[in-house]
Amino acid sequence: MGVVTPTRIYVPCDAAALSVGANAVARTIAAEASARNLHVEIVRNGSRGALWLEPMVEIAHAGSRIAYGPVTAKDVPGLFDANFLKGGAHPLALGPTDELDWLKRQQRLTFARVGVTDPLSTDDYRSHGGLAGLQAALALSSQQIVQAVKDSGLRGRGGAGFPTGIKWQTVHDAAGPRKYIVCNADEGDSGTFADRMLMEGDPFTLIEGMAIAGVAVGATRGYIYLRSEYPHAFRTLQRAIRIAEAEGVIGPSVLGSEHAFHLEVRLGAGAYICGEETSLLESLEGKRGIVRAKPPLPALEGLFGKPTVVNNVLSLAAVPFILAHGGPAYANYGMGRSRGTLPVQLGGNIKRGGLIELAFGISLREIIEDFGGGTRSGRPIRAVQVGGPLGAYLTAAQLDTQMDYEALAAIKAMLGHGGIVVFDDTADMAKMAKFAFEFCVVESCGKCTPCRIGSTRGAETVQKLIDGIAREKNLAVLNDLCNLMTDASLCAMGGLTPLPVMSALTHFPEDFGLALPRAAAE
Amino acid sequence: MSDPHNAPPPDWDAAAAQAIIARHLALEGPMLPILHALQAHFGFVPPESTPLIAEALNISRAEVHGTISFYHEFRTTTPAARVVKLCRAEACRAQGCEDVVAAFNSSHGIHPDRPTADLAIETVYCLGNCALGPSAMVGEELFGRVDAARLAELCGLEKV
Repeated sequence: MGVVTPTRIYVPCDAAALSVGANAVARTIAAEASARNLHVEIVRNGSRGALWLEPMVEIAHAGSRIAYGPVTAKDVPGLFDANFLKGGAHPLALGPTDELDWLKRQQRLTFARVGVTDPLSTDDYRSHGGLAGLQAALALSSQQIVQAVKDSGLRGRGGAGFPTGIKWQTVHDAAGPRKYIVCNADEGDSGTFADRMLMEGDPFTLIEGMAIAGVAVGATRGYIYLRSEYPHAFRTLQRAIRIAEAEGVIGPSVLGSEHAFHLEVRLGAGAYICGEETSLLESLEGKRGIVRAKPPLPALEGLFGKPTVVNNVLSLAAVPFILAHGGPAYANYGMGRSRGTLPVQLGGNIKRGGLIELAFGISLREIIEDFGGGTRSGRPIRAVQVGGPLGAYLTAAQLDTQMDYEALAAIKAMLGHGGIVVFDDTADMAKMAKFAFEFCVVESCGKCTPCRIGSTRGAETVQKLIDGIAREKNLAVLNDLCNLMTDASLCAMGGLTPLPVMSALTHFPEDFGLALPRAAAE
Repeated sequence: MSDPHNAPPPDWDAAAAQAIIARHLALEGPMLPILHALQAHFGFVPPESTPLIAEALNISRAEVHGTISFYHEFRTTTPAARVVKLCRAEACRAQGCEDVVAAFNSSHGIHPDRPTADLAIETVYCLGNCALGPSAMVGEELFGRVDAARLAELCGLEKV
């Protein structure tokens, strides 16, 4: 008998897949294959993002990949019995992965490799288009790289939506010699997990994006500030950085060029506010994560007082595509002033939740109903929070709004980091409004009074409304307080907490014991 | 990030703390890496280490204390034997985490955020598993679709 080529089986190592038993599935497949004398090679890939199908196992068969899911360890013997190694029929069979409607309808640029490749294989990375962006960048002048990012129309994916190319230009033009690239991987917003999935599923894309940023602005050192709630991403990033150094992708000479770029991951310590860029810089410097007043801009006086690019994971991870294919290729996606693609994260009470990368301009309804299939509980949708804990609550009637920066701003909402959290009709929106304040109490850095004191007073005032105490007066107090926090807070924490509160109050007054008709509340 | 399945962390040892601090001094901004390393070693950041860090970084003890106390994750006392982090942010609320807390409380009489020497259920805000919530974390292991029975299991308690 000749050497038998092992059947390649993909079992995701993404934390979401692990949370529903992917490790047990991988172990059982290995044990079962060995007991049956079958030769298999198990690859731990990232997640394709169809999280309701996790753990989703894929078999490489006849030139394509066949998916099965959601697979539990108990299903494994039955899958072997059904000859799933040859794509055999089984109740969990989903057909060829590429034909899954969920994936086919997406435009995956940033997440093109996530779930497809082995996250730590540089061979996989290169054979799937990796490093083409960095190679292209090294053939350009630094100004040309910055121009390519400007041409792409890329805006900061962390939430603020500031044009990335303009930020890079400022740092590019600032006097050296020491400059920094800081990646904001403190993905603290509830309802968001795209950064995590990218770092676990395709860490080299982030490393490549940061190296391109370094070459563009003349920075030789980069830091990834990662939240400590992501231990899996931490391990993957650390390994990926070591591999990238060993292969000369980063280090004293980026791909053999005269550019040096050294990269390190740093862990946060459970402070939501450290996702705010100046607080993040304070934390990296080893201090309390207290927000800085701006100006000076971090682009001019950032980490250790040096010019610093602070970009979100998704902004930096979009850059390799832009350099490999040109700014216009990226700008061809999207609409209006929102160019390119947005990795949407669909969570909460949703039947089919996960990651959906799409060009800007799709409506919330298409995402929630077509991709998501409605609520998991099967009950009607009551509210949808877009953009994290500081984002507005929208009603089921507002779902035809398009997912882009301007369209959401027009209805007093915000895109944020692209997270969508769905609530069914059992949700108590007064409680959610109170929670928004309580979250701010716990997570405020304490520097400015509107946020530090306003959050506590706000939670008390909402409770008084719920309890029916002097409703007219307390409503006036709440309005006043929210205006003050919006106008006078130092950063978005205090400045945007009124957004979920006031949207809940406006759209769901009955939950606050207010008998206002909707029209009067608006 | 303590692992409840490991042996109890060692007692205070000034030489060990000094060595941990010294190992990080070549880093830019070494404070958080030092605190993480101390907590990984001792299970918490021992208050005795404050003057040692201040001395090594040439800053005041107040600045060290201020940093330690700012971050939710750093502890200055021995943690409970078993620590379960339970997400109670918006996405997990949308999936009923508050009902899980209430059901767990009524079946076991244990309320989150009231730790004992044996068990601490800590409230955290977002574990990045928002499509498969309610979510919890024990050590570095993440769990999705957590109900009251699963929470009891993670807490090392019998199902009721």
